[in-house]
Amino acid sequence: MTGSIHRTIAPRSILASAALTADDLRGDPRRNARERAVRVLLFAAADFSVLVSAAIVFSLVREAITFLQEADLSTLWSDRWDPRKNSFDMRTLLVATLGTTAVAMVVATPIGLGTAVYLSEYAPPGFRKVLKPVIEVLAGIPSVVLGFFALTWIAPNVVDRFFDPTSSQNLLVAGIGVGILTVPLVASISEDALRSVPLALREASYGVGAKKVQTVCRVVIPAAVSGLVAALIVAVSRAIGETLVVTIAAGGSGQASFPASFPSPELVLEPGLTMTAAMATLAAGSDQVVGQGPSFQSLFFVGLLLFVFTLSLNLLASRIVRRLRQAY
Amino acid sequence: MALASTDVTVAAVADRLRGRRADVSGRVFLGLLLAALGLTVVTLVTLLVSVTQDAMPVLQGGAVLEREKSPDIDAENLTVTVFGETIPLEAREDPVTGGTRYYRVSERSLGSFLSNGVNFTRPAENGISQGIFGTLGIAVMVILFALPLGIGAAIYLEEYAADSRLTRFIDVNIRNLAGVPSIVYGILGFTILVKALGPITGGRSLLSAGITMAVLVLPIVIITAAEAIRAVPDSLREAGFGVGATRWEVVRHHVLPYALPGILTGAMLSLARALGEAAPLILVGAQTGFFTDPTGALDRITGSFTALPMQVFNFTRQPGEILKVQAAAGTIVILLLIVLAVNATGIILRNRFEAKRS
Repeated sequence: MTGSIHRTIAPRSILASAALTADDLRGDPRRNARERAVRVLLFAAADFSVLVSAAIVFSLVREAITFLQEADLSTLWSDRWDPRKNSFDMRTLLVATLGTTAVAMVVATPIGLGTAVYLSEYAPPGFRKVLKPVIEVLAGIPSVVLGFFALTWIAPNVVDRFFDPTSSQNLLVAGIGVGILTVPLVASISEDALRSVPLALREASYGVGAKKVQTVCRVVIPAAVSGLVAALIVAVSRAIGETLVVTIAAGGSGQASFPASFPSPELVLEPGLTMTAAMATLAAGSDQVVGQGPSFQSLFFVGLLLFVFTLSLNLLASRIVRRLRQAY
Repeated sequence: MALASTDVTVAAVADRLRGRRADVSGRVFLGLLLAALGLTVVTLVTLLVSVTQDAMPVLQGGAVLEREKSPDIDAENLTVTVFGETIPLEAREDPVTGGTRYYRVSERSLGSFLSNGVNFTRPAENGISQGIFGTLGIAVMVILFALPLGIGAAIYLEEYAADSRLTRFIDVNIRNLAGVPSIVYGILGFTILVKALGPITGGRSLLSAGITMAVLVLPIVIITAAEAIRAVPDSLREAGFGVGATRWEVVRHHVLPYALPGILTGAMLSLARALGEAAPLILVGAQTGFFTDPTGALDRITGSFTALPMQVFNFTRQPGEILKVQAAAGTIVILLLIVLAVNATGIILRNRFEAKRS
């Protein structure tokens, strides 16, 4: 690097003219050219993500429009999802999606928040160092593995034993699987929110004689509440978009009827087809080979709905987090 | 009397300060938290143990019984003739009806499971070599595509970009991309790579899958790399600029080496995510059943493929214990070994780096 500096301010030219010209300060043209080239390349890399977003929206919208033009739209709000027979009831998919998501949140909220509060407020530093990787291992387990676990272990040992499902593959089994999958997500985002509460707040609480449990429940958790809510919203978004667990364990085949037990919560004891599972079965079925007609195009329409739902939830969560940042 | 009442007061104050009543609510609350934590740990352990147990017949190897239902069974000699080949059978009593059932007996070993291709008609000879190849291929492509692109984007956003409207838009965009469900990335891969760019990528190919996975984890690579770069102290940059280095020289010689452990940690976690995803593979068209391996280096990249998560999914959809449970669990063990090794590398890297810094 010293070499290039000598070249930039060439001593010879200073001696010759006894004055610094603008050319001397402009620097080595090769070095400047490299600098510009790198800048352009890095800018292109950053812009690539915008291109990806545009491509996602394009992929979804183009075929979704084809679907809306070709499909019988009166079936969108009927009582059966059966793409091969041109019946595209969204209610069936939405109810199954909400069912698994609700079960997942019932599982993930107490376990995830409890783990986060313990890690942030109670765990001794040494113990925390051991526990964090355990949670990270759980976070790293692929969803297809949880689907298998839900099917082969949760279904016979938990759901069949304590509930009375109509089939051993049902929304409850899938929902528990999805819940386990979102526990690490809830735990890590919530822990970040709890740890970002200033220490001064806790000290002030102890200073007026509050016990640990009072400090945690009445000072720390209320102070972090927007972060905790954001964690839960992100978890809902993740649960809605989760595909493999619900495809393997919810018992949905290519078609499904609107659950007769709706709106009773018992509908989670029946098999069902969520939005993502409907997409996966469409793609994994023989329809893909054909790739024709509104049957396959419905995949893109459901995908577009899924994209809009998850995007709205994520935007909501990041807005809440931004409000939290402004508070401190 | 006066003295005694002072003693009483002192005792009362001391009791108050000491906390006379047991802290019931505190204990109960801590108990609930520990229960939550315990459930997390127990779930993880149960999952690992139950999957390993299911996988034991595959991992240990041994005899596999396959029910033979062919009408051509020679019950006297205990053989069946299929395509001119005579295969010995074993007869067992049907536990339900009391009748006789015939089984083919084959030997299966971990070696054959790892080196054979998909075989649903002879479950004993089923194997996951194609899935292992596909998963490793995806890993290489994610490293080749997502890391340079992601780290480059992070450098631009942290070191070059002014706080403009465009920069903020790119930033929000990346955060939203990180929350897009993986199956939607599958749709992206299907439309752009399999259909539009099919002549180049070979359509439903390993290349399409690898690029789709790279795009899927790109936002995570960018976000984690940007965090690592942001953590580099400004004094390092100022020292570089002070001796006349250009921005790129400062980045390359000072910022990147300092941020490298953090960047690599993020890269490892992203890679693990890419290797475990199955949803995009379904859309991009990983093979669901038997297929012959393409020959030639280029054809293996642009030809038919499958990957381990996809094979787990396929096996669970087959009938019969041997495929649905044993083969699926065996594949999961191999997949978990790969994914957790990559994850552990990232976590260890970060812990060592944190220990060094503090």
